Amino acid sequence: MIGIFKSMYITFATMLRTPVTIEYPAKHRDVPQRDRAFPILLWDKEVDEPFCTGCHACERACPVECMTVTMKDNPLHADEKSTRRKIVDEFWIDYGRCMRCNICVEVCNFEAIAMNNTWAGHELSKFDRNDLVLDLQQLLSQHKQDKIDAWVAE
Amino acid sequence: MVQEHELEPETVDIGVNMGPQHPSTHGVFRMVLTIDGERVVDVEPHIGYMHRGAEKLSESMDYRAAIGFQDRTDYLAQFMNEQAYCMAVEELLELEVPERSEYIRVILCELNRVTSHLMFLGAFGIDLGYFGTSFTYGFRERERIQDIFEEVTGDRLMYAYFRPGGLAWDVPDNFVQMVRDVLPHTRQGLKDLDLLMTQNEIVAVRTKGIGAMSAEESINWGLSGPLLRAAGVDWDLRKDKPYSIYDRFDYDIPLGSHGDLFDRFLVRLEEARQSLCIVEQALDQLPDGPIMPEKMPRRLRGPEAEVYTAVEGARGEYGVYLVSKGGDKPYRLKMRSPSFCNLSALRDMTVGSYVADAVAILGSIDIVLGCVDR
Ligand code: SF4
Ligand code: SF4
Repeated sequence: MIGIFKSMYITFATMLRTPVTIEYPAKHRDVPQRDRAFPILLWDKEVDEPFCTGCHACERACPVECMTVTMKDNPLHADEKSTRRKIVDEFWIDYGRCMRCNICVEVCNFEAIAMNNTWAGHELSKFDRNDLVLDLQQLLSQHKQDKIDAWVAE
Repeated sequence: MVQEHELEPETVDIGVNMGPQHPSTHGVFRMVLTIDGERVVDVEPHIGYMHRGAEKLSESMDYRAAIGFQDRTDYLAQFMNEQAYCMAVEELLELEVPERSEYIRVILCELNRVTSHLMFLGAFGIDLGYFGTSFTYGFRERERIQDIFEEVTGDRLMYAYFRPGGLAWDVPDNFVQMVRDVLPHTRQGLKDLDLLMTQNEIVAVRTKGIGAMSAEESINWGLSGPLLRAAGVDWDLRKDKPYSIYDRFDYDIPLGSHGDLFDRFLVRLEEARQSLCIVEQALDQLPDGPIMPEKMPRRLRGPEAEVYTAVEGARGEYGVYLVSKGGDKPYRLKMRSPSFCNLSALRDMTVGSYVADAVAILGSIDIVLGCVDR
């Protein structure tokens, strides 16, 4: 009987504690700075073009092969506005396959890709799987619109 | 007139299918129970519903990229899997892990052991059919540690944080303080669960003497981890085959005596406490310094060799057997998963017990289906 009373005691004691849960869709807790949602591409605001040169390093390193990159000659380089000779032409990432392993960020030599660390990177549910394949413009839009926080450049 | 056969009723054994979508089978696991009344006379486990080919996938990519698949085997004790894999690659490539990385690894692994055991303690209450309460208590405390992991690694479940040679990046500046702030809560949480369950008469009735396995049987079945120690066998890789820096800490290995469900519960509860002791000591000793070796090759290329490394995971010996034929990919990678080996003894534990206890016995093995099927 004593054991049951002890259990009761601890249950009642817990009842008086402050709750630790928050009501999720109404409230959002802060995500940590290092949070890894999904990879997005960064926008070079000085030159007005993506950082990405389309070098395929991330594509080759990705364990689940969810990226596709193509490269083209940079028109801005011909006008001597940019130091990048080549630039990304098309870029797709299939978020439905991505396993958020951070490897693409680690292999990129141009710091052109980063993991989204905002809630926008998490709340991505879609009705159609094909909508989870993001193209270049969608991947760049987050950083273009300054919607991402400053993050630790890993 | 009463016919003769009605006077002598016959009993037949019934086959009962449990799982793979049964709420208490801890994942997609199917047991076919043959029951005689309320007694279980035979158990036939069916596994393989969650086979994702983690071993083969790891063989198809280079040593760095395969780290992501290690988390996905035993997804409740991810750091230990990463540790075992990284140790195997380090041994193969003769990489020296810096002190600081070793300490951070130990801290995270031990915290991971606590979260895993909290999950067990919580789920065990549910398996006994009485305590949804313990589940929420377990999760409440687990969440605080999970927050640390998220702060450090950036992910809540699939950390992919260890790298062959060290760590992906250094911990945040306030890491030590963060862990120290959480430890009292975790202690309190374990105490709550202790008070809630240990002396409770209902738990006692449901667990004492159920699913017992003697020390000899346990060894013969190749059990490891808390299951083996609950049977009274003093075998813990951290003490008996010290790897990493576990020989620098002072802690006890809790042992049971009967090998029944109650002992397994107690062993895990005490193990979680001991893990907190290790974390505290490691935090005190945490040195500064680099997290990756100085001479880190850009491409990891292994010589022709075989290595086997094992760590004491939350469920038992988690081993990685790695065969390299040169090149940047393993030729063969075999994971010795504790869940699978422990699960093999399920039949011997269950036969003769009641149907209701079958779930509790399965729960006490604390399997993770991702680890069983890989
Ligand atoms: S995070 Fe990993 S899985 Fe996702 S795109 Fe990058 S490399 Fe591929
Ligand atoms: S994101 Fe980086 S690694 Fe990937 S193609 Fe662009 S520049 Fe190369």
